[in-house]
Amino acid sequence: MARMAGRRLLFAGPVLLAVTFGVFAIAALSPFDPVKAYAGTAGLTASQAELDQLRANLGVDRALVPRWWDWLTSALTGDLGTSSVMRRPVAEVIGERLGWSVLLAVCAFAVAVLAGTALGVLAARRRGGPLDRCATSLAYTLEAAPAFWLALLAIWLFSIRLGVLPSGGLTDAASEVVTAGQVATHLVLPALVLGISQLPWFYLYVRQGVADALDEDPVRGARARGLAERKVLLGHALRSGMLPMLTLIGSRVPELITGALLVETVFSWPGIAAATVEAATSVDFSLLAALTVLATAAVLAGNLLSDLLYGLADPRVGFDG
Amino acid sequence: MTARTARGAAAATVAAVLITGVAACSQPAGSGGSGAADSAVVGIATEPETLSPLLGYGKDGNSKIFDGLLAHDAGMKLKPALAQALPEVSADGRTYTYRLRPGVKFSDGAPFSAKDVVFTYRTILDPTTNNASRTELDAVENVEAKGEDTVVFTLKYPYAPFAERTVLPIAPEHIAGKQDVNSGEFTTKPVGTGPYVLTGWSKGEKLNFRANPGYWGGEAAVKKFTMAVIKDDDVRATRLRAGELDAAILPPNFAKALSDQHSAKDKARRTYAAKTFDYRNVTLPTHNEVTGDPAVRQALDIAVDRTAMVEGLLEGAGKPAYGPVPTDSPWFTPGTERAHDLERAKRILDDAGWKPGGDGIRVKDGVRAAFPLWYTSGDKIRQDHALAFASDARKAGIEVRTEAGTWEVIEPRMKTEAVLAGGGSPADPDFDQYLLLKSSLGGDGFNNMAWYDNQAVDRALDEGRQSGDATARKAAYDTVQRELVKNPGYVFLTHIDHLYVVNDKWDGLTTQVEPHDHGLGSGPWWNVESWKPKQK
Repeated sequence: MARMAGRRLLFAGPVLLAVTFGVFAIAALSPFDPVKAYAGTAGLTASQAELDQLRANLGVDRALVPRWWDWLTSALTGDLGTSSVMRRPVAEVIGERLGWSVLLAVCAFAVAVLAGTALGVLAARRRGGPLDRCATSLAYTLEAAPAFWLALLAIWLFSIRLGVLPSGGLTDAASEVVTAGQVATHLVLPALVLGISQLPWFYLYVRQGVADALDEDPVRGARARGLAERKVLLGHALRSGMLPMLTLIGSRVPELITGALLVETVFSWPGIAAATVEAATSVDFSLLAALTVLATAAVLAGNLLSDLLYGLADPRVGFDG
Repeated sequence: MTARTARGAAAATVAAVLITGVAACSQPAGSGGSGAADSAVVGIATEPETLSPLLGYGKDGNSKIFDGLLAHDAGMKLKPALAQALPEVSADGRTYTYRLRPGVKFSDGAPFSAKDVVFTYRTILDPTTNNASRTELDAVENVEAKGEDTVVFTLKYPYAPFAERTVLPIAPEHIAGKQDVNSGEFTTKPVGTGPYVLTGWSKGEKLNFRANPGYWGGEAAVKKFTMAVIKDDDVRATRLRAGELDAAILPPNFAKALSDQHSAKDKARRTYAAKTFDYRNVTLPTHNEVTGDPAVRQALDIAVDRTAMVEGLLEGAGKPAYGPVPTDSPWFTPGTERAHDLERAKRILDDAGWKPGGDGIRVKDGVRAAFPLWYTSGDKIRQDHALAFASDARKAGIEVRTEAGTWEVIEPRMKTEAVLAGGGSPADPDFDQYLLLKSSLGGDGFNNMAWYDNQAVDRALDEGRQSGDATARKAAYDTVQRELVKNPGYVFLTHIDHLYVVNDKWDGLTTQVEPHDHGLGSGPWWNVESWKPKQK
């Protein structure tokens, strides 16, 4: 197990390196002009001389490889550079926003995994029952529903019709301090929407896995031996039914990141996802490279996590496989 | 009900509770932060990249955190701010002298003086400062302090509208001078002399301000002022309706929907339509063999139905545009309005030799009267204008193919292909007309996108820029507008009103005439420092 983790970590280094180079290469090829992005609307009235001066100041006309190398060497010494779109050091931009995104993602993930598993087990137990039919058709609908649309629906219901939850921001708009209570109430809707948009995958996998397991010989044997229904369901069926879901947990990580993007935008959540889009369309090399490294690391860690969980849950799976 | 379905129903209930329970256990959010009369929360669509005037923030005046030497009143007339009075201008129009208001302090307590003014202008003029609007100060040759309270600008050439440029905010040298001007802390934690002090900026979410107790103009009645950054129009309208915002900028259809609803809560809202210089036009590139023909230009100019565009696309919130100057501006030349006249447009084309071909599209010397028209993708108002223009042109026998793209795609084609463009600057006619029409600026960045080339206009633009005499300037800009009737370089379509929906809680709300850009200071809150809570 430690060997697998170690090998994956060794492998992660070159992958990350290649990804950062890829980011610089793709950004260099992209049709977006960092100078125009930097100048914003002022660029639409600026003279060519002015734009050329900006280009020189920003250093964006340099060749791809030296620029990437400079970024890499200073990143390794802890200096992530300055974000041209945020006009601030990259480390500060990320430090300020990452926590809020992680909080949102973790809560959403908890909602999706817990509710998805619970519903899946209940539905698998009575396949074709009213709960199963309702939940499954709902799950297919949700799979197709964009998170953006869900978010607007949630705002309409909880903020406008019922008036029980705030519809956006990290705290009340007029508030100048960030308190735990305010963040908690403002977190509910975005986390719920993001969680529910992920829920169908977990629900459907668990339902299928548990249903299959219930039909398998060991479970039928356990039932025949007169084991309590609870024990059969949770001890045997859930355990083997969970296996496919464990892989799912890791593989949903990228989806969670892209889902967060839309949800953060709708709810004015000051997370990192919104900054990523801005960095990309503004060809903000320093910020984009740092964010891509983070996202890649999250995906690699997600895969590692699901493999580890899988190995723990099913002793037949070798860690060196 | 069998035991089995009962258990199923119970399970479904449990599951439903599980999902909604998370929502239920939080306390009600109440009315957000917009209850108190001394606080205001407004929803804005765009967020500035920086709050440093050295990088271009607030350059057109009216920043809440800073003051310029001069400022605009509601009618866009210049009035003194950090200067005691309007500047003394030398007879040759090349020296501007400002005497500064005594006793002004920055919000950190340090006194404001002439050296801060000199520092601000010199830093902006420094080529290593990443300020994309530096060209606007091109006329400045030198700026220097004469003692503590006098600043003298020397210009390279007489530049009549120069005083309009001195509304740009003044930064404190003792703070901004000690850090990297392009990325230092000052770019996000500004300190100024203005009516409000920034207390927090959560990027992508909101900016919080507090009234500056030491403001030289007196402390504002609205003590807490918040700008919530909400990019999506739907969400902004929703949060206004949910009571979390006191005011917001909205597109015409949303503003109409909100004011059409007459629930008890919605009655206390008012819609403010700010008049603007914000135009939409179609460039007619001189280097295209169709749009370069004066007959085609003239025909298109009268073939478009501007009134229909205002009613249909803008829900009436706008005006037909015949040039960069809106019809209700004192700079407008009466008599240059053009009525929609399809028959005359056809006659002009017939007379010029553009004869209808087999498919109804006109042809002259083997050239089809067709050209592409680009608009920026995702901009609904531009798209609507482009489609309406194409449909009007088709009726006159000219085929306009509309295409969407980003500026990166459009820019290399601007020399020969038409673009649905926008712009507008109310402070002085020189500001956008010189850049839009001067022949020597053809193809210089985004200036003179149509490569317009008209010597009479060039002479008038120079006259308007250099003459210190108001009557001569008016005559010069009259010439420009009359020339645009004879030889349009652009088809101006509409001037667009900016709409704001505001809770009816304060007295003293007005709007300024607004430019194309939505600065933070645009909207009814341009003078939030003089709002007073309504007497109940």
